Formats: sequence, structure tokens, C-alpha cells
Amino acid sequence: MVRDVAFGQYFPAKSLIHRLDPRAKLVMFTAYIVIIFCTFNFASLAVTTAFTVLFVALSGVPFKFYFKSLKVIILIVLITSLLNLFYGSGEPIWQWWIFRITQNGINRAIFVTLRIVCLILASSCLTFTTSPTEMTDAIERLMKPLKILHFPVHEIAMMMSLALRFVPTLLEETDKIMQAQKARGSDFESGGITKRVRALTPILVPLFVSAFRRAYEIATAMECRCYNGGDGRTRMKSIHLSARDCISFAVLGLVITGVILCNIFLEPAI
Amino acid sequence: MSAVLELKNLGYTYGKGTPFEKRAVDGVSLSINKGELVGIIGHTGSGKSTLVQMLNGLIRPTDGQVLLEGTDIWEKPKEIRKIRFRVGMVFQYPEYQLFEETVYKDIAFGPTNMGKTGDELDFAVRSAASFTGLKPELLDKSPFDLSGGEKRRAAIAGVIAMDPDVLVLDEPTAGLDPMGRELLLSQIIQYHKQRKNTVLLVSHSMEDIARVADRIMVMSRSRLVMFEETKEVFSHGAELEQIGLRVPEITKIMQELKNRGFDIPDGILTVDEAFAVLSRLLKKEGKIW
Repeated sequence: MVRDVAFGQYFPAKSLIHRLDPRAKLVMFTAYIVIIFCTFNFASLAVTTAFTVLFVALSGVPFKFYFKSLKVIILIVLITSLLNLFYGSGEPIWQWWIFRITQNGINRAIFVTLRIVCLILASSCLTFTTSPTEMTDAIERLMKPLKILHFPVHEIAMMMSLALRFVPTLLEETDKIMQAQKARGSDFESGGITKRVRALTPILVPLFVSAFRRAYEIATAMECRCYNGGDGRTRMKSIHLSARDCISFAVLGLVITGVILCNIFLEPAI
Repeated sequence: MSAVLELKNLGYTYGKGTPFEKRAVDGVSLSINKGELVGIIGHTGSGKSTLVQMLNGLIRPTDGQVLLEGTDIWEKPKEIRKIRFRVGMVFQYPEYQLFEETVYKDIAFGPTNMGKTGDELDFAVRSAASFTGLKPELLDKSPFDLSGGEKRRAAIAGVIAMDPDVLVLDEPTAGLDPMGRELLLSQIIQYHKQRKNTVLLVSHSMEDIARVADRIMVMSRSRLVMFEETKEVFSHGAELEQIGLRVPEITKIMQELKNRGFDIPDGILTVDEAFAVLSRLLKKEGKIW
């Protein structure tokens, strides 16, 4: 049950997107998110949507998984697009009681829907194609300049990778503990809110205990292998920028230029 | 003898309809009599754990039925909790489920959920603690201050305190030292004798199973491949080895001696039995008096 959430899961494959440098992916992702929200007319919206379709297709992850992560936010999309639909400005083309729909409202609804869908697809693509270790590696490398300001970059990256590594473990543990307490007659499904919250104690206490136990174990294991922080550590898999990263930067550059040009030369639709 | 548990063509598939679909239990039919002590053996991943979790409705079978004293446990899905009080389930490493402030309160968790109060509750807790050999003075301690073996006992007591008709134990002795193993096992036998209820014991230790079980279920690749009396099962040494299991060491040694022409009966399962047979043999040959 808890394990069915698709959003944010790594999907191992060997596609072009998987093989991109994680740093490049992270930078491009950030730039792309900004550009998605800078689309003000249909031409630029078409460009970003087409680009999204392109990298989703190239990612080698079955669309079913993307669909699963879209399912999680479908309600948010519906509500925001409905709100936008009724709050447009300009001449109404349909009106009933306090509800009025304008061309501007329709456009806003379309824009907000497509933008959120593109945003979710892009972030899913990033997490589907980048393993948690690659991701923390990339973050560590990208934040390296902050070290001059005595910001503990390596420590934070290590904490992140440890935390990520324990997500599936703790989920499994939760499942086990829930089963065990259910076998002793715990009831999570009925009763009022206070009763349900109280029913969580038998799960949370053992879960915390085991999380601490595992933390001690991993700390001991790391010390046994002489871990003493980030200075002078080399990596088993060092990451390098390659030709395909440059090409993807170029493609993204084209998309960004396209969007900017559309915004300059065409009338905004919202 | 009447059947307490009956499985009819029971099956379970994980992740039905997804690419990760996996058949964990397939077409298991059997019946377990009241008062029996049944051992369940099988290779890791053979479907034992999934099977036993279906017995008290923790997971709902995707096909087939579980009958508890003749009625399908899923007849009234809303009342599945009542089934869980009647079929007690002790998971692997049960000490990780302890959560209360005192051992007493933790053991009382199950019976309290059943609605027991006052003297009845107190009796249930204290008798469960004594069944598992937990000293009364430990009851007021925090469960987190106990030793590993004591924690295990406390957790098992928490299930026994519900006084289930059927008690399922999944690897109760895993990770205990030899003395602790021995003690826990004899307490389980003791409990079984006194309460006269049905006990199902999942274990990887053939020695443990051989010592305690009346009958043995052998699981392999999601299927039930054997369900026979203990001696009968362990006389199929070659077949067991084929599915990644083995017979108890002592059975193997005695079998080997028999193959070499000594007058030794089949199906010797414990060291004590072997000792009796061997000393009789040696006496007959005049080697000892």
C-alpha cells in the first residue's frame, strides 16, 4: 500500500536521459521549470509541451509510470484550472449566476493545466532517470562553491543519501509493524480522529526505536570503515560532462530562446 | 478429530495486474486438526510467510478460502478483527513490535483490544507471561530495558495473552542463542500441551521441527508439496534436498548407519531417540554393559 506511490521513484534503464550527467540534468531541470512558467502565449506553450513530450519519450520509462504520478496531482490540477476558468478578465462568453467564463479564463485554465502537467512530467522524469546516489552526488558537486562560506556541503549530501537509502527500508518496516499490531487487534480503519491518531502509537514507537537502532548500526559500520568526512575522498563513479550533455544543453538553449522570442514577438494570451 | 482450519485451493498473487505480478501461494488445500502441532518448512521465498498471513486475515487471498471451524473467515469482512483474536500470529523478530511503557501493558495490548478488563485481563497477562517463562518482576519494567531473549518472550506473551484457538509462530527461535532456543521451544511445547490448542510453527531449523511437530507442511515454489506425519516427511530425504531443504543431522547419520548394514529403524528424529537405539545396539553386541 505505502509502496504504491510512483512519484519520486528511480526506474532503472539505459536510455539517453538516464546516461546524462546528473549535474547537467539538475541544472537543465531547474532552468526548464523556470521557462515553463514564462510561457505567455500558445506558441511558446506549444514549444515547452513538445519538449516535455520529447524527453518523456526519450526517457525509456513506460508512460504508465508517468501517468501514476500524474494521478496523484489530478485533483490539484482540476481545482486550480476551475478557479482560473471563472476568474478570467474581459468580456464574458457565458454567464450564470455568479459564474462567468471569459476567453481569458479559458486560456488561463489551459495554461495552468499544461504547465502543472509539464512540471510534474519533468520532475518525474528527473527522479525516474536519476538514482538517489547520482542525485546527491550532483547536489554535492553543484553546491561545492558554498564550501568557501564554510557551508557543510559534504555532510549535507551524505545525510541526504543516507536518508534516501532508508526510505524503502523504513516503509517496509512500517508495513511489518502494522501487520504485527493488526494481528494483536489494532484497528486503524474505524473510529473518530482522536481514536485513529491514538491507534498510531503502537506503530510510531517501534518505528522510531528501530530507526534509531539502524542509525547507530550504520554509524558504527561507517566508522569501522574509517569514514571521517569528505576531505580527500574520491568517488567510485566520477561524473563527467560528455558530448550528449552538451547537445542536450544546446537543445534546451533552443527551447529557451524559442520561448523568449515568442514572448517578444507575439501577443500574450493570458 | 475435527478440523479447526481448512484451506481450500488457497492462492495469493502480489501486485495483480502490474508488471511486478508474482504468484506467492498457489492452490493450497489442506485441513489441520484441533490440537495438532504442525510444522511448516520451506526454502526462503517459498510462500510460507504469505500463507500464514492469510490464516488470520492479515492479507486477503486472491483466490480460494480459509475456513476456521467451518466458516469462511472473510464471510463478514468487517469482523475480521475477531478472527485475528482467534488465530494468534507471532511474526519473525516480534520484539520489534513492543511499544508500551511497561511489559505488562504491552502484553495487555491484545487482550485489551478484545475488550478484556479487570481480573480477566490481569489473569490473561500473568498466565501468558508465565507460559513464556517471563519472571513476574519483569512485568513492571520498560520492554526496552529487557535483554533480547526476554523481549522475544514478552512479544510472544503478547499474542498468547489473547488465548487464540490457533497460534501461528513464524521463526520464533531465529537469532536466539542455543540455550534460549531450547528453552523457548520447550515452553512452546509446554504451552501446547496445557492449553491443548493448535499450534503452527514455521522454522528453518529441521531439528526444532523434528522435535516438536506432529505433522509437517512442506512448501516449495508457492505450492504445498507434502503434508505428512513428521517421520514420513523426513524419510523423503532426497526429495527434501531437491527443494533446498534437508533432514535433521541425526536422521541423516542414522540413515547412513542403516545403509551400512546396521540394524536401525527408519525415522529417527532426535538425539535422544538415536541414543536409545544405539545403546541398545551396542549392548546387544556386547560393547557396553
